[in-house]
Amino acid sequence: MAVNFTLNGQPVSLDVDPDMPLLWAVRDEIGLTGSKFGCGMAQCGACTMHVDGEPVRSCSTPLSAVEGQSVTTIEGLQGKVAQAVQDAWVKHEVAQCGYCQSGQIMSAVALLSSNTQPSDDDINEAMQGNICRCATYVRIRSAIHDAAKTLRA
Amino acid sequence: MTEQSKFTLPEADRRRFLQGSAAAIAGLVIGFHWAPRGKAAAAAVTDGSIKPLGETMNAFIRISPDNTVTVLSKHLEMGQGTYTGLATIVAEELDADWSQIRTEGAPANAALYANSAFGTIQGTGGSTAIANSFEQLRRAGATARAMLVAAAAAEWKVPPGEITVSKGVVSHAASNRQATFGELAQAAARQMPPTDVTLKDPSEFTLIGKNVPRLDARPKSNGTAQFTLDVKQPGQLTAVLQRPPLFGAKVKRFDATKARAVPGVTHVVQIDNGVAVVAKNFWAASKGREALEIEWDDSAAEKRSTDEILAEYRTLAKTPGKPARKQGDVDAAFAKAAKVVEATYDFPYLAHAPMEPLDCVVRLTADGVEIWAGDQFQTVDQANAARILGIKPEQVKINTLFAGGSFGRRATVQSDYIVEGVQIAKAINGEAPVKLVWTREDDIRGGRYRPMYHHSLAAALDANGMIIGWRHRIVGQSIMAGTPLEPVMVKDGIDHTSVEGAANLPYDIPNMSVELHSTQAGVPVLWWRAVGSTHTAFATEVFLDEIAQATGQDPLTLRRRMLNRHPRHLGALDLAAEKAGWGKPLPAGRSRGIAVHESFNTYVAEVAEVSLQPDGSWRVEKVVAAVDCGIAINPNIITAQVEGGIGYGLTPVLYNGITLNKGAVEQSNFHDYEVLRIDRMPEVEVHIVPSNAAPTGIGEPGVPPLAPAVANALMAATRQKFRSLPLPSKITSA
Ligand code: FES
Ligand code: FES
Repeated sequence: MAVNFTLNGQPVSLDVDPDMPLLWAVRDEIGLTGSKFGCGMAQCGACTMHVDGEPVRSCSTPLSAVEGQSVTTIEGLQGKVAQAVQDAWVKHEVAQCGYCQSGQIMSAVALLSSNTQPSDDDINEAMQGNICRCATYVRIRSAIHDAAKTLRA
Repeated sequence: MTEQSKFTLPEADRRRFLQGSAAAIAGLVIGFHWAPRGKAAAAAVTDGSIKPLGETMNAFIRISPDNTVTVLSKHLEMGQGTYTGLATIVAEELDADWSQIRTEGAPANAALYANSAFGTIQGTGGSTAIANSFEQLRRAGATARAMLVAAAAAEWKVPPGEITVSKGVVSHAASNRQATFGELAQAAARQMPPTDVTLKDPSEFTLIGKNVPRLDARPKSNGTAQFTLDVKQPGQLTAVLQRPPLFGAKVKRFDATKARAVPGVTHVVQIDNGVAVVAKNFWAASKGREALEIEWDDSAAEKRSTDEILAEYRTLAKTPGKPARKQGDVDAAFAKAAKVVEATYDFPYLAHAPMEPLDCVVRLTADGVEIWAGDQFQTVDQANAARILGIKPEQVKINTLFAGGSFGRRATVQSDYIVEGVQIAKAINGEAPVKLVWTREDDIRGGRYRPMYHHSLAAALDANGMIIGWRHRIVGQSIMAGTPLEPVMVKDGIDHTSVEGAANLPYDIPNMSVELHSTQAGVPVLWWRAVGSTHTAFATEVFLDEIAQATGQDPLTLRRRMLNRHPRHLGALDLAAEKAGWGKPLPAGRSRGIAVHESFNTYVAEVAEVSLQPDGSWRVEKVVAAVDCGIAINPNIITAQVEGGIGYGLTPVLYNGITLNKGAVEQSNFHDYEVLRIDRMPEVEVHIVPSNAAPTGIGEPGVPPLAPAVANALMAATRQKFRSLPLPSKITSA
């Protein structure tokens, strides 16, 4: 039975194994590859998408769980929070290999959407689920503070 | 897993490789291979390896009519910023405008793109990319510039000497004429390249030394950067491989019935290293793999536990090893010592765990094979792929994409993951392009670890606390033994990568003996970001602090007294100490530790500031680093690499390595092989020592001093000894 949901604002209907993780459904079946695979067990955050605005580890979310919901991937990010975050990411040259960064940005956008003055502890809490093996954490932190400043201006 | 590669290196290349990988490359401007534009570039265009878009000025530069300049990078971009760094060197001598610069990975073609530090091998590693490219790319840029000038001079009928070039515009002031590179490209490409060019004096640099923006920052911030995992060829299938549960085990028999019954599974095939399930998508392939029934033959497998292996290492360390360095009379020094300090140190196996697990796409074609990968060792991978398919290496076309990290993992002389991909494509008769995906579990359990090591050190001190004798024994597996590089990298029983950082210890000690026991274990091992220095820096720099503490000396003063003949170590050490406020008071519960280490001809000192809670828990609050890597091509990228190196180096300080229980790897994913997360990342400050020396690498050298600096800070605070990694998460009073 097909699973119906909204992906980046477009209605989609996928008739695949409903246990297939959202990550692989979006990557392999729909062909959007901005969300990455890093662990497959909700440990690294590389696969982070927004489901109804909340950051979710799509590698561990079965497709059936998003029936009727609205899913956003890095490709579908829009709005001033996303803009501020992505611009700050470029300005601070956060990315090294870049592989984790879609997930980092999805988590950062979710954080700043609800909190435009995050403390370092808030950042730790929101970003702790996102591993960066290149350890770009210093710049992730400063980019988030910078984006927050832009949003408050 | 001791698959022997048939790939061999000619003797001259081996020597070059040795020089290149050795931490002691003298004068990094190694002779480069300059391919004359006409023949070589034309060959690259006709074999399809360079897309004939725009005008090929030489093997490294293409200029399009739309005025973009594409720099072909012979080195893999795995996060270290090499695309930007290499393009900066070209743009500098070309006098291009930075906004017109693009980069793409060069095709696999060692005749054009060899790493001169590795001889005639195209590959990336040993922090050599900038060092081996500096002269070569400056000349490439200057040559193309001269051709643009010659074209303009011919068209405008003015002497070339009156023409100037700035920010991508070619001008003749007297006649008030200007042209862009794009406008001149076609005519320029027809000019004879000059045989000699004058390079800029460093004082004339306008891009080198400035923080030009990274070329990959935007695509890596909006999900458009293309990694191997993102490749989709028409009809492509996905494969996962069930590898043996123990290193060295083999498939005895398997039953694929249930796996084949999983919807979407198209093939189940056996290859050298296990049983592959091929399917329409990743999910079906992994479900198919779970359904496999395999019986393994583990008669030749490694079945020891890491505890047992380490116990053997400790016993071995009590006996003399093969000499890696010998000077003076060590026995006599110990005989007359006023005091002797001794210590042993243990280091676990470490997985690289790059963020993007290993993957490649393989498509068999009518005339060979096409591979997509974050390829780090193109020439070696071509040779190994060709051997499997019975074709010539030049029939192996490699598209090098961004790699989601590597830290050494993607460069193996056996081409492990490439070989697997090619064998699977062959086993399904090339019916479809295949993407082989390693899961994180495959990665953590897949071997090719930083070897486990045991070090034993002893120092003989005179009555003034000066070190008069030094004995250092290292026990561990050789990375090079059993590979085609053994004949050169292992000399008189000494694998250079096991002793680098220890055998070349910079300190002025009259009597020294550094010895090595190379051990045998069935666990595949590999270079891991900073290689030998990942353990030798810790053993030597922590031991030095133990000596300082035993003799009541300041750790900085002790080091300074012994570095008279090593000004670059000293320069980095002094700068780090000054910026960190070494010797100045700290708030209660805080302490500092210092370490200095050279790797890959780059000198790095780090001061770690650690806070200690009354309950014994602790954290690294801040690290101040000073770096001497010669001319700093891009200070911002250098800073980023040192920040990242510190974060990468902190993981094995805080968390467990890989352990084996009766041969089986006990870890599998990030829940039990933990890595640094944002909450434990310290504040980092990076200072660059001003220099006009030839540029050296920065991808690795930030790693080695971190762990000893942290341990030394804890030692200063607690007066306890820290002799193995990871460090205890809580320090209980002794
Ligand atoms: S891939 Fe989903 S959390 Fe790691
Ligand atoms: S940038 Fe490489 S893993 Fe984060």
